[in-house]
Amino acid sequence: MTLECKHVWEHISEYLDRQLDPKLLMDIERHLENCEVCSAILDSTRNILVLTADERTYELPLGYSERLHARLEKVIREQEQSENGPA
Amino acid sequence: MYRKEKGALPTRMPATVEREKELIARIIAGETNLFHELIRPYERMVYLSILTMLRNDQEAEDAAQEVMISAFRHLKGFRGEAKFSTWLVTIAVNEARRRLRKAKTAQMESLDETKEDREGDFTPAVLTDWREIPSVVLEKKEMRQKLRDAVEQLPPIYREVLVLRDLEELNQQETASALGINVTLVKVRLHRARMMLQKMLAPYLRATAPARKGFFGRMFQ
Repeated sequence: MTLECKHVWEHISEYLDRQLDPKLLMDIERHLENCEVCSAILDSTRNILVLTADERTYELPLGYSERLHARLEKVIREQEQSENGPA
Repeated sequence: MYRKEKGALPTRMPATVEREKELIARIIAGETNLFHELIRPYERMVYLSILTMLRNDQEAEDAAQEVMISAFRHLKGFRGEAKFSTWLVTIAVNEARRRLRKAKTAQMESLDETKEDREGDFTPAVLTDWREIPSVVLEKKEMRQKLRDAVEQLPPIYREVLVLRDLEELNQQETASALGINVTLVKVRLHRARMMLQKMLAPYLRATAPARKGFFGRMFQ
């Protein structure tokens, strides 16, 4: 079956997640081998997602972890004290 | 023959479930200090899920702390039916949504299902000369900002799915469960989110891409 580009675009996400049924996958693979536009769209989408998910894209604020554990420690101690009652 | 042979999107190693179960049991039994160890692998996940929804660094940090405290206080209620990470991210999503509602931001950007869930055309940016952008470009602050801006511009219902699936690498079922939607909706929204990002970013990235091949170009490979 010959697919139109638009039909391929509708399945790019499933293609990236390897969720296409084998027949459709084969048709899309065949289309991609001969279509510069769809190949570029697929590659750019994949590349953009890889860059977005890179840990350098979103960095934790400096000292975030320390502040988080300090606050947790306080809550944990308070709970222990309330369970054990006054010394 | 234009398409390079590549695999699917990369994934990270899953956390060790057995170790988590053991930690949770010991914390509930009284070794509360182990809670620090339990949540350490998820500090980033919780912060990021909230940050991308609230779009405010300081509030996201405060909310992330609240989520972890809530998880500690309710750990006995964790039944182990879902993964601990899914349970935690569900608390994070709920906390972020609660804050959005409180700030009335929700009035401007409805979290409810909208007409956007209907089938519709999402045309990607059509390129013919795309080339791979190496990850070294992320050394540039401007590039990282551009990527974050694009994610921020996604409507919330798409943004939250994209973040859980592509940044946090939850599977479809876990994402559906954390967001309280069905798997079909996860797939539809994820596809649209990805296409929107492609449309926003591909032309920009192509314009800033390093020179193709040649002596200097190869240095980026």
